[in-house]
Amino acid sequence: MSSLAPQRIGEPPSQLRLQSVPIMSVMLASALPMMLPMIAAWAWLPPLGLLLFLAWRLLHPSLWPVWIGLPLGLWDDLVSGQPVGAAMGLWTIALLGIDFIDQRTYWRGYWQDWMIAAVATSIIIVAGAVLAHPGTGLSLILGLVGLQIAASILLFPMMVRVAAWLDRVRLFRR
Amino acid sequence: MRPGQSRKAQIRLFIAYVVAVVGAVVGLLLAIISVADPVGFAALRTAAQEVVSPVARLTRSVTGTASGINDSIAAYFAAGSQNRRLRAQVEEQQRDLVEASTLAEENRQLRLLLKLDEQGSGGIANGYLLTSNPTSSRRLAILSIGRNRGVQAGMPIRAADGLIGRVLDAGPTTARVLLLTDSDNIVPLRRASDGLPALASGRGNGELDIRTLNLADNPFKPGDILVTSGTGGIYRPNIPVALVVRLQNDGAVARPLADPAKVDIVAVLPAYAAVSGASEIAP
Repeated sequence: MSSLAPQRIGEPPSQLRLQSVPIMSVMLASALPMMLPMIAAWAWLPPLGLLLFLAWRLLHPSLWPVWIGLPLGLWDDLVSGQPVGAAMGLWTIALLGIDFIDQRTYWRGYWQDWMIAAVATSIIIVAGAVLAHPGTGLSLILGLVGLQIAASILLFPMMVRVAAWLDRVRLFRR
Repeated sequence: MRPGQSRKAQIRLFIAYVVAVVGAVVGLLLAIISVADPVGFAALRTAAQEVVSPVARLTRSVTGTASGINDSIAAYFAAGSQNRRLRAQVEEQQRDLVEASTLAEENRQLRLLLKLDEQGSGGIANGYLLTSNPTSSRRLAILSIGRNRGVQAGMPIRAADGLIGRVLDAGPTTARVLLLTDSDNIVPLRRASDGLPALASGRGNGELDIRTLNLADNPFKPGDILVTSGTGGIYRPNIPVALVVRLQNDGAVARPLADPAKVDIVAVLPAYAAVSGASEIAP
């Protein structure tokens, strides 16, 4: 984790590392499915970028400005094949929603975070599918993405662990 | 987040919210526009795809395609009924095979008489499918070749077993392929046995909806083989497409003959320009 210049003991991590680790990790998670040599017959892999994005946000409420969903969502749209703008809009709406919840509640813990992420992921996946296939019935849409939603909800705790581990890397001091 | 008493921090927070709300609305509008006009963002998307695809090339060259795993697990669940069905199918197909071989011979002789070539069976280029997007409900795959090998939007893609899909847009060294199973991909078909015209549209889960113009009764039966009819251009006639697996209220459900997850090499075919009128005549 050492940068080019030798780091002195106890020196705070560079601003570059503090800022770039969360952003780069979400971008990488968005692009990861496109880097694997699989031709999927249906949408079954959870949207890793979205899950890591929510995990970072719930772990660190003050990490990002509320508009960060726009650039990160745009990248996700470009690599995921969803219509451009879908994740831009939906991720940002999710952040606004989480901000709203944070203002109304005094505390939230592990289970609350999981629940918030589960609701947000479900809504975003369904809304994304509706945007990608306009005019398709809701039952058909749920058939398309139901499995993916379940997988996403189950995977979220692991993505929280990934975010927490990356956070240790981000804040590492010698 | 509470900004505290600082006026500056309050204003900054307020601006962040305004940007976010406006951005979210613009994003959703963009999404609606890009569904209506999928070509609009092709350049941006192609750029992102070209950035990501080298990694896919590398992982693919190391592992081959890894998607057989799903199948081999799923195969255990249906082993018994599948065995029975396959036995019946093999018997039936042996009968058909004998019939087909006599037809092929007859066909060869007739072609010799007419001095007909296999009409343009040559492909433009061969490539392989690099990766797809398992997170989106759209069924798209990335082809390993692009404009550098003459691939252009609208060209059909086929494997040895049958049709895979068509090129949605072509980048410098990669191209996006709209798979047969995408719900926006509609292919005009006919039944191989009697030329009954039909339309296939993807269900997004690896299967196809088959509909026919004949609404009175359901003419399909499981085991029917469907090939492209050439109607409307793009796909030349007689590319094998799908096998009917079961019936439903208005038509049938079919499985594509070529499984994109398993094919190794695919061929890019030139877009077929239907001779006006000639291919429209139903047999």
